[in-house]
Amino acid sequence: MATDTRTKRLLNWVDFRFPLTEVFERHLSKYPAPTNLNIWYLFGFLLIVVLAMQIVTGLWLMMNYTNSAEEAFSSVEYIMRDVEYGWLIRYMHAAGASAFFALIYLHMFRGMMYGSYQKPRELIWLGGWFTYLILMAEGFTGYVLPWGQMSFWAAQVIISLFSSIPVVGEDLATWIRGDYLVSGITLSRLFAFHVVLLPILLIAIVFFHILALHEIGSNNPDGIDVKKHLDEDGVPLDTKPFFPYDISHDIFALGVFLIIFCSVVFFFPTGGGYIIEYVNYEPANPLSTPAHIVPSWYYTPFYAMLRAVDFPLFGLTAKFLGFATMMAAVAIFAVLPWLDRSPVKSIKYKGILSKTFLGIFVVSFFALCYLGMVPPTETKTLMSKIFTIGYFSYFLLMPIYTRIEKCKPVPERVAQV
Amino acid sequence: MQPNSPPNPIRRQLLTSITSLLGFVGVIFAAIPFLSAFRPSARAEAAGAPVKVNIGKLSQGELMTVEWRGMPVFVYKVSNEAQNVLSSDKNKLADPNSAQEQQPQYAKNDTRSRKEGIAVLKGVCTHLGCAPKFYPEATSQDFDPNWQGGFFCPCHGSKFDLAGRVYANVPAPTNLEVPPHYFESDSMLVIGSDGAS
Repeated sequence: MATDTRTKRLLNWVDFRFPLTEVFERHLSKYPAPTNLNIWYLFGFLLIVVLAMQIVTGLWLMMNYTNSAEEAFSSVEYIMRDVEYGWLIRYMHAAGASAFFALIYLHMFRGMMYGSYQKPRELIWLGGWFTYLILMAEGFTGYVLPWGQMSFWAAQVIISLFSSIPVVGEDLATWIRGDYLVSGITLSRLFAFHVVLLPILLIAIVFFHILALHEIGSNNPDGIDVKKHLDEDGVPLDTKPFFPYDISHDIFALGVFLIIFCSVVFFFPTGGGYIIEYVNYEPANPLSTPAHIVPSWYYTPFYAMLRAVDFPLFGLTAKFLGFATMMAAVAIFAVLPWLDRSPVKSIKYKGILSKTFLGIFVVSFFALCYLGMVPPTETKTLMSKIFTIGYFSYFLLMPIYTRIEKCKPVPERVAQV
Repeated sequence: MQPNSPPNPIRRQLLTSITSLLGFVGVIFAAIPFLSAFRPSARAEAAGAPVKVNIGKLSQGELMTVEWRGMPVFVYKVSNEAQNVLSSDKNKLADPNSAQEQQPQYAKNDTRSRKEGIAVLKGVCTHLGCAPKFYPEATSQDFDPNWQGGFFCPCHGSKFDLAGRVYANVPAPTNLEVPPHYFESDSMLVIGSDGAS
């Protein structure tokens, strides 16, 4: 009892000077989560956990990694063989990157399915989109650091993409590389981005993303505006506090996630070549490109688009158009809130056209993901073209099909179970 | 006390604009050192010095890869059969007459070489910078059943003939670059300089 009051007095002392209790209640314990949230709402929490894990494992890796062209490869092998548990920390970091992307894709798909990007959540969506961009840059820069064959040639190809920009391209690519070809100079600057610049941005934007979410409140699978019906304290009736209700779902999901994640880390650390490509166990050789180079699985849909555009148009080279298409495929997510003209949020109440196009998008995404992994043939390039059109049709035709289709009425309240 | 509107609002506005503008100019100047630090350093520039290669032992149809400025340079001694292939079959190429400035003036000819029979090409695909693979034999390949011999880029399937001329309808937009080079003697090739003459 005595300790109780003492803790309380300490808390009061802090609260007088800093809004500790208020922040804790607002963002954690009392955050009102809609009662109808389903499995798709677990990934945000898991993403935060993975972010924390990447920061911790990354910090530990950095203690033994050397960012020079001469020593980078051997320092990674040193971590793998000589540093106690170095193998575990590296495998966690590598598998963590794949997990990060898997989760963010699921999280983004949730938003697309339930219209979580719609008014008034545009800034939440934009914040998330920006996180995704930074994450792609993190993935790329991190991939270069072990300085294996794939690291080197991925850096060479990705940076060369900028050389396709008309007029300034070549100089821009040299400026990014700091050399005429990818070299140790490039490696150390990518290292600086990977461990300082991008993580700071990532944390800042995730903070913004969550702050914006907690201002507006979570969407839900029905797209019902729960703020329309409040109890006498101003809390939406169709919500329950995050603690203990939502957090218990999240913790359970974390358990399931960790079972899967640990199975990968301990038993399939290279993920059959999808998490760490085998060719990357050869040191970088600037004079010889591996016979078959493939980016990591999480970039392959965009890589397939790059390869699909093999024809010049309007006086622009195929090389530039491919690059532009790939960039547009990532950028177009940003304008999604303004493409959707539907009066309803959730796919449950949208019409058949929205469902069809979302289906086309999903099929195209997976097909491109596969096509970007395999060597190109004529048929496969043609398929890439078709699926690229499928991918973009979801976005570009959205203003039309969301306006003409017939939607189902959205209920006022969340159904009571 | 609430501040009233300034006695001369236009003057206040002008001062604010000028101060902001100067601040903006200052930011631009302050950015220069940070942006310039990204450019190739003096050491990286110096690494571009010419390299000498002895090609005396190179036999017909053989290719050697030389490192210059950190990138591969292919030196290929063209065989007689290949010489015939080079002059035929031009209609499959995007730029058979080397109209694009991808070579010094002295290599702007049918074989894109300074010295007939010796091809010197940067081994950097003009698409996205991979090193193309050398497939000299005119035999059917996975990537092209009617392969006439040349270079194939494993990254995105660009094809070049033995003189480094790009095929039409491949991702690479231009022929392989011919680096500046000259022959000090019959067997001594210098890459990275046009030579005195």
